[in-house]
Amino acid sequence: MAFLIRQTLIYSIPLMIVALAGVFAERSGIINLALEGMMIFGAYIGVVCLNVMIGLGWFDAVKASGNMWTMQWYLVLTMLVSALAGSIFSLLLAFAAINLKADQTIGGTALNMLAPAIVLFLVRITAKQNVLQLASGDSATWFMLKKSSWGFDKSYKLSMLGDAFLNKVYLTTYLCVLLFVIMSVLLYKTKFGLRLRSCGENPQASASLGINVEKMRYLGVMISGALAGIGGCVFAVTTANSSANGDVAGFGFLALAVMIFGNWKPLPISGGALLFGLFKCIAASYNTLDINGDGYYALANIGLDSNFYRMFPYLITLIVLAFTSKSSRAPKAEGIPYDQGSR
Amino acid sequence: MEKIIPKKDGIQVFMASFISILIGLVAGIIVLIIVGLTNESISNSSIWDGVRLVVIGVFNTGRDAAGNLTFGFNPAFFGNMLFRAMPLILTGLSVAIAYKTGLFNIGAPGQYLAGICATLFIALSIPTSSVAPWIVWLLAFMGGMLAGALWGCIPGLLKSLMNINEVIACIMTNWLAACLVTWVFDISNLKNMIDGTKTGYIYKTSAVINDIVVDGVQKVVGTDIPAGATILATRGGVATPKFGLDSVFSGSQVNGGILIAILLAIIFYIIMEKTTLGYQLKACGSNRHAAQYAGIRDKRNIILSMALAGAMAGAAGSLYGLSGNTEFFWTTYQTLPAVGFTGIAVALLAVNNPIGVIFSGIFMSLLNMNGLQLTNLTAYNEYITDVIIAVIVYLSAFSLIIRTWLGKRKRRKKRPAVSKTGEVQA
Repeated sequence: MAFLIRQTLIYSIPLMIVALAGVFAERSGIINLALEGMMIFGAYIGVVCLNVMIGLGWFDAVKASGNMWTMQWYLVLTMLVSALAGSIFSLLLAFAAINLKADQTIGGTALNMLAPAIVLFLVRITAKQNVLQLASGDSATWFMLKKSSWGFDKSYKLSMLGDAFLNKVYLTTYLCVLLFVIMSVLLYKTKFGLRLRSCGENPQASASLGINVEKMRYLGVMISGALAGIGGCVFAVTTANSSANGDVAGFGFLALAVMIFGNWKPLPISGGALLFGLFKCIAASYNTLDINGDGYYALANIGLDSNFYRMFPYLITLIVLAFTSKSSRAPKAEGIPYDQGSR
Repeated sequence: MEKIIPKKDGIQVFMASFISILIGLVAGIIVLIIVGLTNESISNSSIWDGVRLVVIGVFNTGRDAAGNLTFGFNPAFFGNMLFRAMPLILTGLSVAIAYKTGLFNIGAPGQYLAGICATLFIALSIPTSSVAPWIVWLLAFMGGMLAGALWGCIPGLLKSLMNINEVIACIMTNWLAACLVTWVFDISNLKNMIDGTKTGYIYKTSAVINDIVVDGVQKVVGTDIPAGATILATRGGVATPKFGLDSVFSGSQVNGGILIAILLAIIFYIIMEKTTLGYQLKACGSNRHAAQYAGIRDKRNIILSMALAGAMAGAAGSLYGLSGNTEFFWTTYQTLPAVGFTGIAVALLAVNNPIGVIFSGIFMSLLNMNGLQLTNLTAYNEYITDVIIAVIVYLSAFSLIIRTWLGKRKRRKKRPAVSKTGEVQA
């Protein structure tokens, strides 16, 4: 059970944060299909950043000093760098969609093609293979929080919840939950959030009240890029063992599904992310999953193939779309280039 | 004046595509130069080699004794270029058809997978010992197109009946196809067990597989049948005929598939430009409500358009599988075939003109060939061509806007002339 909770969280967190990234862009009126591309770019820059720090000898210095909590600060720094990278990358979408009034779907598709191409091009040249790995060690040795990190003795037996939330976890999980709450409050409880959302519903009305629609949309896309970059970095560190290969296993598209499933609202999105993360977790390990620890592999005995668990998120999203398309909370003005003259 | 305008627009369209190709290439070359200058392991001469190869790599004939690149006509590269163009033309056609009806078919990768899955299944399951190989080929091709069409129908149905955005539906069906295809091959008996060194691949359709019984045990073997075995059935041995193309382009993989792709493009040009069906599809694309008001069944046309688009993407997968010497890696649930997404680039570059798709498809595969040369002969690699393709797609996102802007400017220029005549009349 502890394994199930821990692993589900690891899959859910990138989905959650990237789905929120999608919400920020769409609420400001720009369709962001490029979540996958931004994640890929953020993941790559994150791994490069880690490698630079290793090259500078920072990690070995920490290892020598013995205080592994310092590593967590480096991880936070890496997340910030990835956020910056994602945000810069998203400017390409913002520029095309806002200044040039381009087709946002095509623009997003272009970024989805550009990110893996440029990442793989650079990885192949610098690493001489198709995947960029850490110069030394891996995620588990540097960043994973274990029993010992919290001061517990090796022989100490944690309760089930303690085991799930404290042992073999990454700090990114809790940071992202915090970030998710902060960003949701920003979007729904502040003046800035209200203005941003108004630009996705009726930009002409917003403009008439003195809101700079273009600036708001730029901010929406850039926040989206930053969050997607963080999501990519978290994916790279927690699921890809700090490696980058120009691929995030379709997490960006799955996040898009989470966003639609969550009807563009934070609370349902977090629920959707957990649900889809659970399916990912089951698909990856249903054969060895012993939920209540009685030695009975319930899921393996159902006999459903892992590929069906992989399909469920997409299937559920389509079904939800089919039933809620009438009451959808999709922003009204998303995908429509802002034209001051039209009403 | 009126007669000149459409001609000029044609040139304008061509110029816009040409300019985006040029900008794409320049962007690629800039990346090559920056990466080359910042990386000590790449010398200045190899930067120059890289720049030349990315533009005209398909004409490369290797290096001479002094290590300099030599250029000339290389039939094997040209043949391979045409071979790789075949699926690109078809996925490009798929995206173009849907676009004419106002739909953005980002689902080509899924439809491609559906096509290749059905084709491989039919081609490798029907025993060629009892059915003639060309009939199996035909059934497999038809089956692949049908599977693609059915997979394309799903977003079409969702769009027309439930008003679900086709882009979202296509993304979902892409990944559904990826998982479903992985599952289907996972439980199938088509995994290549004969060539022991290869894992995760499906048999080539041209491979001959024998189902035999040895000592009461049923087994699958290749052509080396042990003594005393009874052959139950022979499968495989199905491939697209070459139509003599292999002698023109010796040493390449090219086959008749490219001819079929070109033929299909021409057929779709005729359908779109010369038939009522094409007119109806385009009318739905221009203004769905106006088309409905004019008595065109918009819902039926949206489904039909997606089905036709799916059939073409399915045909791409089908012909790729049926070329005989390609192997399909079936554990595909984490990645979608890139050829489906490149189809978007092909269609956009051709401004969704079926005839234009033939040329832009060949151009994209030319870029791919250049990229392979880059990998083989320099420290660079083929992913630079994907960068170039992505830049071209990015530019085409607003090339339409630029063209309309050009058009508007022309009209504005014309307007004073009209008012002048008005003044004269007054």
